[in-house]
Amino acid sequence: MNPELRALYQEMILDHGRRPRHFGAPEHYTHKMEAFNPLCGDRLTLYATVQDGAVKDVHFEGKGCAISVASASMMCEEVEGKSCCDAEDLFQRFHKLVTGQDSAAAVGRLEILAGVKDFPARVKCATLAWHTLDHMLKGDAGETVSTE
Amino acid sequence: MTAQQNPRDWQPELMRRDFPVLFQEVHGRPLVYLDNAATTQKPQAVIDAVSRYYQLDNANVHRGVHTLSERATALMEAVRNTVQRFLNAGAREEIIFTRGTTDAINLIASGFARGVLKEGDEVLITAMEHHANIVPWQQACEFSGARLQVAAINDAGELDLEDFKRKLSPRTRIAAFTHISNALGTINPVAEMTRLAHAVGAAVLIDGAQAVAHTPVDVRALDCDFYVLSAHKLYGPTGVGVLYGKREWLERLPVYQTGGDMIREVTFERSTFAPLPHKFEAGTPHIAGIIGLGAAIDYLNTQPWPALIEHEHQLLTYATRLAKDVPGLKIIGEAANKAAVLSFTLEHVHPHDIGTFLDFEGVAVRAGHHCAMPVMQRFDVPATARASFAAYNTHDEVERLIAAIESVRKTFA
Repeated sequence: MNPELRALYQEMILDHGRRPRHFGAPEHYTHKMEAFNPLCGDRLTLYATVQDGAVKDVHFEGKGCAISVASASMMCEEVEGKSCCDAEDLFQRFHKLVTGQDSAAAVGRLEILAGVKDFPARVKCATLAWHTLDHMLKGDAGETVSTE
Repeated sequence: MTAQQNPRDWQPELMRRDFPVLFQEVHGRPLVYLDNAATTQKPQAVIDAVSRYYQLDNANVHRGVHTLSERATALMEAVRNTVQRFLNAGAREEIIFTRGTTDAINLIASGFARGVLKEGDEVLITAMEHHANIVPWQQACEFSGARLQVAAINDAGELDLEDFKRKLSPRTRIAAFTHISNALGTINPVAEMTRLAHAVGAAVLIDGAQAVAHTPVDVRALDCDFYVLSAHKLYGPTGVGVLYGKREWLERLPVYQTGGDMIREVTFERSTFAPLPHKFEAGTPHIAGIIGLGAAIDYLNTQPWPALIEHEHQLLTYATRLAKDVPGLKIIGEAANKAAVLSFTLEHVHPHDIGTFLDFEGVAVRAGHHCAMPVMQRFDVPATARASFAAYNTHDEVERLIAAIESVRKTFA
């Protein structure tokens, strides 16, 4: 496989794409928000429990490409237990990483998604769940988040 | 230009020579361009015509008395005759240049909304339309109080002709439908649909965007009231299209965009409008694009239709046969009468991932909803991958496509 393509579709990404973690609607949550990427028709719904300024639990469900599903799955794992501020900071750094603005952004294991920066058409796939979380934490009204 | 030697035996290699863009590598592999339903590539003849116009003849049309303006006007107006012959329209005044298919449909929908549709009237479309033949009618209905009716399609992606008949009524003012579906490849029985619509007194608009490069069109034989197309899906430039309309309809409909070129006289009290075709051509047109469209039609006219049609059909048959052997691959759209479009899904792989993988194999396909979200909903898929063929594609390219799909499948298995 081509090295750029291999960098985009690393084994861990394929694995999260095939078997997403934190997948499915939880019984209890405090926040729910839908997201839509009109470019490809992908939809996902994010469920979160936010208490005392911290993200206690995040789940998602929906359909999407390997990149968007893996990114959502890894996001859920990474932000769980973080304060809302820390989660927001992580989003900002992640966004800079995948848009190629800061290739050295400290994002921990999310770095595996850095290959997205070479695929401008796929940046929206990698950031759909993050934009949704961002809107949710900022307390935006329950409208569907769109990447367009 | 390289002419086909034998009108019965199509040689795509001869046509390929006329398309310089095809001779390149993408990610180290020879390009296989299979996104022709999105836009076709341009032959050297079209590139040269546009370039020559800017090099030698560029001027504004219909106004200058100077030589260049007269030349530009003559070149552009000659294309109107070319298009008239291409569609077998009755008169050159029935050929209106637009920005494209979308613009042409908006022109008609807007005219119907303001000049024809009343509350209680109906507009009939089909469930396989491109957004460009849905949304303008929704807007027209919203504006006028008319109702939008949608004829169903079956699981093969074919029109349910009985449902189409059921939904035609004396209230139907216009039936607007696609000639060939961009998302499914279905070829509609447009002559019969036109006859049925006329029988209840409805006008007919046919969206020919996907048809004109793949089948000859005779608007008088079809007897449709409007036929619309885009140059860029016809081996011509982007940004220009055609509206064919029967003269009586074009006379009756109110003006669309207003401004220069479409007026007869302007005072601050009132303006009078130019006769057809200029009535619907406000502002400086895309002169170079129109000249390019003329060159594209001239080019296509040198190709033997029967052999071209047979070749594209063979590409579809071959691709379909090979695709059916790929485990987990599902073809979306299996109409008995189908253009060379292969829309498909692959188990466990999202179409966008297919698109990115295929690109790295040098194979260009479209992934997404193809501006036909209701079609995706009908087949309960978020999106499909779509390989769409043109006359310059080869059997080898079909094999490259299938090999690339196999490699995606193995990666995600």
